[in-house]
Amino acid sequence: MADGKFEPTIVGFLCRWCSYTGADLAGTSRVKYPPNVVPIRVMCSGRVDPTLIVRALAKGADGVLVAGCHPGDCHYDRGNYSTLRRHTLLTQLLRQFGIEPERVRLEWVSASEGDRWASVVREMTEEIRKLGPLNWKAQLPTAFAAEVEAELATGGAPLRDEPRDVSVAQEDAR
Amino acid sequence: MTDATSIPAAHKPRLALYWASSCGGCEVTVLDISERILDLAARADIVFWPAVLDVKYEDVHAMPDRHIDVCLFNGAIRTDENAELARLLRAKSRTLIAFGSCAVTGGIPSLANNYSRDSILRASYIDSPTTANPAGVLPQHRVMVSTDSGAEVELDLPAFHHSVRTLAQTVPVDYTVPGCPPVADQVWNVLSAVLEGRLPARGAVLGASNKSVCEDCLRPRHEKRLQGFVRPHLTKPDPSHCLLDQGIACLGPATRGGCGAPCTKANMPCRGCYGAMPEVDDQGLKALSALASLLEAREPKDVERAIATIPDPLGTFYRFGLAASQLFRTRTQEDA
Repeated sequence: MADGKFEPTIVGFLCRWCSYTGADLAGTSRVKYPPNVVPIRVMCSGRVDPTLIVRALAKGADGVLVAGCHPGDCHYDRGNYSTLRRHTLLTQLLRQFGIEPERVRLEWVSASEGDRWASVVREMTEEIRKLGPLNWKAQLPTAFAAEVEAELATGGAPLRDEPRDVSVAQEDAR
Repeated sequence: MTDATSIPAAHKPRLALYWASSCGGCEVTVLDISERILDLAARADIVFWPAVLDVKYEDVHAMPDRHIDVCLFNGAIRTDENAELARLLRAKSRTLIAFGSCAVTGGIPSLANNYSRDSILRASYIDSPTTANPAGVLPQHRVMVSTDSGAEVELDLPAFHHSVRTLAQTVPVDYTVPGCPPVADQVWNVLSAVLEGRLPARGAVLGASNKSVCEDCLRPRHEKRLQGFVRPHLTKPDPSHCLLDQGIACLGPATRGGCGAPCTKANMPCRGCYGAMPEVDDQGLKALSALASLLEAREPKDVERAIATIPDPLGTFYRFGLAASQLFRTRTQEDA
């Protein structure tokens, strides 16, 4: 963000057999590409539960990139087909939430496609840079319950029957 | 908090029941325990239950803090009144139990988190075809009215929130009882646990099992190979086979059981009211994951065609739990 440009944070789930090896190849081949993807190695793209993708978005990521073996090449025969089906349905769901489909991307990258990995990352980073920050945390309810819980745990004043302004502005700003 | 939740033996357990943003079904399910309600009335002192007793909010304010032993709170938090009563009953209760889907996960009311406050008010008070409101009057938080004597007074009405929240997103909650509504036998299990002081460690889910609805459902299951899904009103389900086998979007595999699967017994799919399985953060995404994986399609075009048979994923997977989902609400024009 040194020059004021928005740098997206993208969480990458890379299948251990194809895509992670492909990303490694991009590295050993000294291909230059943006550092915005935080790679997480998984055994199969089919292991990437939609919960993990959405958790990344809810906790501050601007995009999620899931990368696996090309169809027909899955180390476990059909893991990537499950990924494709879930991804298609998840994008529909996220569209209803107002999250652009470009923010969650599924790509097939083989172990020999270091250049392809680099160009996928370049393309996605630029797309999300154009979309701007997701900032989903602003959508989430205030952490009021957690605050009171912490107060109780430290032996502080328990909840008392005191009038408290629960007006919309304060309690439900979001 | 363990000693705070235990009931002193010196008096009959003092019970309170309250409804916030809910339909009243949770009150009915308590009455559905039928003659056991007499047992409840004999063994407990019901100090607050607006649906059944003539009690006022002032009566609750007048109680000392932690006077109520156990409060069963149903309904989601939608207005200032809901939030205020949640705080009040938290302060007055040793044990606060979120009772029913709305209090636990937001329930049906939290489907409103798909819309903005402004669009909901507009739809209800201006755009609905049966509404005549030429002046475009909308509910106000504070409003001046003139009394019979001609004096002007300011009325302070409960404000309508932008989002629906669960009880636990508003005040700390000790236990949860899922279900829309919780089935009567499980309600009695919970009430007898309360009466006999058999409540487990704080934070537990009461009146439900730790297995999925499929464990309660007696339909035989076979290998599933689906080309797509069919909506229940467009087909005649075979009562002797698993509904998912027949391509009906049943949320049983991703939903906590203990209900006895009354829906599948009535030839309707599970809609997911008992909420997420243990250790699951987001029920809707687990259901999405389970259902999508059952499809046979492999080519992107075929997959899209098959997925299009679920026309409303949000309504299908978060029917009872949008407020408790990881994303909490949708982002509307007003939010952006």
